[in-house]
Amino acid sequence: MFSKRGINRPDIDRRRIHRSGAGRLGINWYGINWAAVTLIAPAVVALLIIGIYPLIFAVDVSLRQYQLTKPYLGTPYVGLQNYIAVLQDTLFWQSLARTAIFFVLTVPVQVALGILIALFIDRVRFKPLAGLLRVILVLPIAITPTVVGLIGRLLFNRDFGFVNFMLGSIGIEPISWLGEPMPAMITIALVDIWQWTPFVVLVMLSGLALIPPEVFESGQLDAGHGWHFFRSVQLPYLLPGLTAILILRTADILKLFDMVFVLTRGGPGVSTELISLYIQRVGFRVFDMGIASAQAIFLLVLCILLSRGYIRLFYREVQV
Amino acid sequence: MNPTAVSPHPHPLLRRRRHTGTYLWQAAVALVLIIVVLFPIYWMGTTALKTLTETFATPPVIFFRPTAEHFEAIFAEGAVLRSLRNSIIVAVLTTGLALLLGAPAAYVLARFDFRGKSNLWFWVISNRFISPIVVALPFYLIARNLQILDTHIVLGLIYLTFSVPIVVWLCVDQFRAIPRDVDEAARVDGANLWQTFLLVNLPLAMPGIIVSAILVFIASWNELLFALILTRNEARTAPVEAANFMTGFGIRWGPMMATGTLIVLPVLIFALLVSRNLVRGLTMGAVK
Repeated sequence: MFSKRGINRPDIDRRRIHRSGAGRLGINWYGINWAAVTLIAPAVVALLIIGIYPLIFAVDVSLRQYQLTKPYLGTPYVGLQNYIAVLQDTLFWQSLARTAIFFVLTVPVQVALGILIALFIDRVRFKPLAGLLRVILVLPIAITPTVVGLIGRLLFNRDFGFVNFMLGSIGIEPISWLGEPMPAMITIALVDIWQWTPFVVLVMLSGLALIPPEVFESGQLDAGHGWHFFRSVQLPYLLPGLTAILILRTADILKLFDMVFVLTRGGPGVSTELISLYIQRVGFRVFDMGIASAQAIFLLVLCILLSRGYIRLFYREVQV
Repeated sequence: MNPTAVSPHPHPLLRRRRHTGTYLWQAAVALVLIIVVLFPIYWMGTTALKTLTETFATPPVIFFRPTAEHFEAIFAEGAVLRSLRNSIIVAVLTTGLALLLGAPAAYVLARFDFRGKSNLWFWVISNRFISPIVVALPFYLIARNLQILDTHIVLGLIYLTFSVPIVVWLCVDQFRAIPRDVDEAARVDGANLWQTFLLVNLPLAMPGIIVSAILVFIASWNELLFALILTRNEARTAPVEAANFMTGFGIRWGPMMATGTLIVLPVLIFALLVSRNLVRGLTMGAVK
């Protein structure tokens, strides 16, 4: 444990490392560099307590009957009953399906728009303008999602919202964006597209920046401009970024809570209740912790699968 | 599409005209983009400065005399200011804790190989993917048992789940960029590992540390779900306060937008400061 990297390399004089290393201070017992341990241990211990212990706790709760509103029932173990209840719960599956629909409504649009805008910015001749665009695109990504939800309430208001005013100016009747199921879903999708397309743009721009100038120029000679040039020269450099975006967006949509919570509270009815909102409702408005924990464990498994895929694709130093 | 590359040597006059055309349509598209991105933020900021009559007006009022009444109202009530103070305390606490734990860990991860390192990496990175509601449920029960609900420290602690990973993955890159020779030289001079870390590497890694501190601050400042579940009154943060405007009948648009503006201002400033690194932070270095 904690051997200095490269210690087995023949080109490095072992004695010198020993002399100059921590061993001289007498803290190198049993081949363990205790100084390094003291540097990393606080983080590891903290993460075990804050990150891992609650998950184990959640597994335990998911195996119990655990209703916060009925403390007289106690919290007896009920085996896999909660899990079976979750599997049979149509609302749970519907909220997952709704999350999938939300993904289909947002991510393809974000990717298409994101690539187009990135290609545009990459081509802007007046470089300060390109720089300005890059900086401005950071703002939607960083802005507090709760506040984005509030802004959505304002812009999509049926009576005085700016969106209905714009539609009215081309002769479309006011739409009750937040009062009907379909429009509400479209509203949260539009707001998400506004907030996260810039992220796609910035990732795509960093992909485009990797194209060596000589490849770019010879590609222009061979493939001309337009679609063929994009397919054969630019797209290969964008693919890693696109993969990252697909995985990260999936994870972020499974996590998505604040913006939708403020904008629609999952309503009208349950029409915009994505998975995170549903679990939050079961846990903290119905107060059935057992069921909510079982749902959370299902979600956790999904998240872990996603992160494994991501790590396998992007981190060579980690063998999973 | 790109008119400048059609012929290698167009007539100089022709070339200039083509360039002017390109500049013009590009400027037009850029303007549309900027408007679409900034308009919602601008609209919130101006609504905060409008009277209620102006807010409800159709067609919308573009030119108006700004009023400070909504800001005065929320300052007078105090709840929003208190929540902003809570947000600052929690964000500073979170940032401090995350740096204290994350920076030394990142240094060891950058410099040493050890058993379990890949597991640690996996854990750090997978936290980017785990839905907060999964952690929030058990953490609520644990915090309730420990009677630390509605305190700043409970938020500072649970925010470690995302703040330490941010610090680790940004700072590992930063420490790797520092040549190992620097460490060797320090040791030859008699410094131990702690001294090498604190006195030699840490100052050199300052840019990465500051960037990760800002990203942690933003993430903590923006967080809603944990704060909603784990706080009631005393430690209620600004996003929870803002979300509360949506409960009950008769939304107070002016104060709500004023609150939103106050919450967003520091984030916008910080985001501009670290604009180059935001994507690197969000993708955990997979995209530079």
